[in-house]
This record gives sequence, structure tokens and C-alpha cells, in this order.
Amino acid sequence: MRGPRRARRATGWQALLWLGPSLALIGAVVAYPAALLIRASLSQYSVTGLYQGSVGLRNYARLLRQEALTTVVANTLVWVTVIVMVTLMLSLGLAQFLDKSFPGRRLVRWALIVPWAASLIMTSKLFVWIYDYYFGILNPMLQSLGVLHHPVDWLGDDSTVMGAMITVGIFVSLPFTTYVLLAGLQAIPADVFEAARVDGASAWRTYRSVTFPLLRPALLVAAVLNIIYVFNSFPIVWTLNDRNPGFGHDTMITYMYKIAFKSSLRDVGLAAALGVVNVLLILLAVLVYLRSVRWRAQEA
Amino acid sequence: MAVEISVAGARGAFRRVRLACAGLLLALVVTAPYLVMLFTAAKPVGELRASPPRLTPVAWHWDTFVDVLRDPGFQSWLRVSLSVALASTALVVLAAVPAAYYTARHRFRGRTAFLFLVLVTQMFSPTALVVGLHREFFELGLINTYAALILTNAAFNLAFAIWILRAFFASIPREIEDAAAVDGCGRLRVLVRIVLPLSLPGVVTAGIFAFIAAWNEYIVALTLMTDPDKRPLTVGITSYVTAYVQHWNSLFAASIITIVPVVVLFALIERHLVGGLTAGSVK
Repeated sequence: MRGPRRARRATGWQALLWLGPSLALIGAVVAYPAALLIRASLSQYSVTGLYQGSVGLRNYARLLRQEALTTVVANTLVWVTVIVMVTLMLSLGLAQFLDKSFPGRRLVRWALIVPWAASLIMTSKLFVWIYDYYFGILNPMLQSLGVLHHPVDWLGDDSTVMGAMITVGIFVSLPFTTYVLLAGLQAIPADVFEAARVDGASAWRTYRSVTFPLLRPALLVAAVLNIIYVFNSFPIVWTLNDRNPGFGHDTMITYMYKIAFKSSLRDVGLAAALGVVNVLLILLAVLVYLRSVRWRAQEA
Repeated sequence: MAVEISVAGARGAFRRVRLACAGLLLALVVTAPYLVMLFTAAKPVGELRASPPRLTPVAWHWDTFVDVLRDPGFQSWLRVSLSVALASTALVVLAAVPAAYYTARHRFRGRTAFLFLVLVTQMFSPTALVVGLHREFFELGLINTYAALILTNAAFNLAFAIWILRAFFASIPREIEDAAAVDGCGRLRVLVRIVLPLSLPGVVTAGIFAFIAAWNEYIVALTLMTDPDKRPLTVGITSYVTAYVQHWNSLFAASIITIVPVVVLFALIERHLVGGLTAGSVK
């Protein structure tokens, strides 16, 4: 029996008491900076960060006139789409594999944890070293395999740097995605497969007509969460693209950061305008996510 | 699968061996970059610039790990990382426990709105808000303070803790709590004496997750901690390799020292991760 007596007694101020600490944290460090971001996008600041008054929507108009904007938006599209698509495809295979029982399965799961648990900035530095033109291990390895004839300056060459960064992005996205899909697979009741077997369905047919449709919800969740994570990703592009001048290989996140804190621009208003655009895009993805999981405050 | 093995034992055993080999290969591929990290950390300085580069060191030089541990810079970054991560973990648990308990046990006006708010904060990494966060702490004069880092880490990792704890609290039968209430326990006493001990694995999971997230946090620390003495590990160790110095072996020795403990912690909570990160929508 549920306790309606107690539920009814719950009054507003009581709830506020129990939720208070959480609300205070969210208010102070999520909602308030969000409001400041919006205000900053409508204001002008000195190079040292001092407020110089409101400028209306001028920062947004300036943002649209930035020469780098088209490149940066295109980069972001490629960055997010390619990483999420390839990650999902590889993770589908990996999850299917890890769903089987074999000796050493725990070892594989633990190995898969490493890129997930490791600090992204350290993994990014590691790949800067692996990709290094002179001292990195990737070039000699590919050369000895006969894939390459000459060493490639992976992070310095305009034609390879995006691919090199995307590869790292896929590498660090695989664990989470595989785990989500694996949980989805394990939630499918075994008798469904049994029924397919009794009906004489082949392995591929079973996968296509039974497993995959039942896995769709998990796939959707993995896709939308990955889109948000990958869009928000900062350390990989920040670190691997460090040597290249300009904004030719930046995403909307690293471009925003450079405008605000790095380049000689130090243009808080402009960066905030881009920040607001980024936040709106993420909000849109969150709404898609909520719709796709048909989110309701779960019944307790 | 058990049926299959008993029907065709030999074929099943062969299949398992094949799968195990594939698994081993996969584990190797996934960890290969981190093996490069380990090998580079173990190379003496002279071998870092060997041409052509070798995968493994000719002479294994483990002293770099000792040197890094003795480096006052590293010790300072480690101290900052530990303090910030522990403090924000404590804050997360203190804020999440009452919120998770109350929303798991009561229906009230604004409950859905609250849970929605929590979910939205989970989707927003501090990255998207970093310009606003910097404005806030700049205007409050909190640049270069640990408080700014601790609060930010706590706020953005709250959601995971609330989801995990809610699931644990909800799984505790109400009857136990009702019995305690009959015995004259107040609601807070019921929570502390009965519910929390029963959901200790949940508290540990939430705590470990918050700790790792704060330990690995980079962009806020990079932005707010301009004073070199106040940098945590993630920002600090990058000074081993700059335009002027290239101590790749120290960088990677420090990275391994930083990564190994959190991988072990992560493995401990591995089973609960998906549930917490997807807010129960996959299970």
C-alpha cells in the first residue's frame, strides 16, 4: 500500500526544504550563469572584461558577419554527424559481441572502460604524441604495414587534421555508446529469440526483424545523448588543433572559447552571442531526447 | 545458450575459444593508445626523440614516475585535484540525498518541474555555459578560488547522483520505513538510520561518479584558475609539454598516475553507469 496519508501532508515549504540544497546549486551555478550569458550577449565589454553597457542585438549581427562562421558551422556539422554515425555503427557490433558469453568477457568490458574513465585532456595529449610527424608511432606503424609510403603530418595538414580529430572523438565515444546498447540488448527477453529460433529464422534474419527493432529505443537514446556530448566536446579539438592558426578547424564550442578567452579578440559579447546559440541548439537536442524517451517524471 | 552447448558441446567450446580470442584482441586494440602512453612514460629522455620512433623503450626507465611524484608542481596539482574533487563529491551527496529521497517518496506540486530541471542540467556540460560561468565568478571576485571550481563541479554532477539514489530509495520497501515511523522515528531519522544504510551501494556509486567527473574536469579549471599554484592535475600537467619544454615522459607518467585510480573506481560502478546516465530510459 502506498501511503496517501503522508503524501497528502507534503506541503510546499516542506518540499522546498528537501530540494533546497539541489535547487540552490542549480540556481547558482547553472541558471544564474545562463542568465548572465544572455545578458552578456546583449552587452559590450572591454578587453579586460569590464561591462560597457548594452548594445541590443548588435553582437548577434556581428556574429553573422564573422568570416569564420560558415567554416565553423560546417566543421561542427561534420564533427557531430561523422562521430555519432560511426560510433553508433561500431558500437552496435561491439554490444552484440559483448552480449555473448565467453571467458574473459569482464576483461574486455574493463578494457573498454579505460578511454571512458581517462581524462579527455590526457587522452588528447596522448594522441597529439601518437600523431606526431617526427616522433609519433602512427606514421612508422602505417609505413611498416604498407599503408603509407611517406609520413603524414596528421595534425598540421589541413586535409587530415579533421579526420584525425574525429578518430579520437569516435574512440572516446565508443565505451558509453556500447554500454547503452549492451544494456538495451540485455533488456530484450530471451524467449523472443527462442521464438525466432523455433520459427527457423536465420541469425541475420533474427537480428534484422527481432533484435534491431527492439533495440531502437536504446539506439535513439544513445544517438541523442551522443549528439549532445560530441557537440559539447572541447578538449580534443582544443588540444589536437592547437598548432593551427585561425579558426579553420574549430567547432562552434572551441570557436566560442577562442573568441572569449584566447585570441587577441577577447570579445565577451560576441562569444556570449555564440554561446546562446550553442545553448539553444543543445536545448533543442534535449527536447528531442525527452520526446524520444517519452520522458515523464517516473512514478516512484 | 546453455542449451546450445549441451547439444553440441565440442562446437560450442570451439566457438567460445574463438570469441575469447576476439575479445582479447579487442581489449588490446582499445587499450593500445594507453600502452603507448605507458611505454613513452618509461622511455629515458634520449629515446623520446629517436628516429625512427620505437614503440617500446630500449632501456626501461621507471624513475620518471618517481621524479613526477617528487615534483612539487605535481604535488600541488594533485592536492588541488583531490581537495576539489572530494569537496564537490561531498556537496553532491549532501544535496542529492534529500532531493532523491523526497522525489522518490512523495508527489507534490512542482515535482515534475524539478526533475525536468535536473535532467536539463545533466545535458548541459559547463562547456556550453563557460562564458556565463566566467562572467559570474569574475563579477563575484571568485576567479582563482577553489569555491568556484567546487560549486561548478557539484552542480553539474548532481543529476547523476539524484537518478541513481532515487532508484535505490524507491527499491526499499515502504513497510520498513512505516515500521520505523510507527516506532516514533521522524522522517529525517528514518532516512539516516534506515534508508541510507540500505542504499549504501547507491551512495557509493553516486559519490564515485561525482569524484571522477570533478577529477577529470578541464574547461572550467582552465578558464577560472589562471594562478599556476591553484591548478588541478588536468590543467597543470599540460605544462610538462609547451612550446618551450617537451617532457613527454613526465606528462605521460603523470597522466598514468592520474588515470589508473579513476579507471579502478569506474570499474567498481560500471554496472550502474548506464542507468544513471540515461535517467532510467534504457533499462
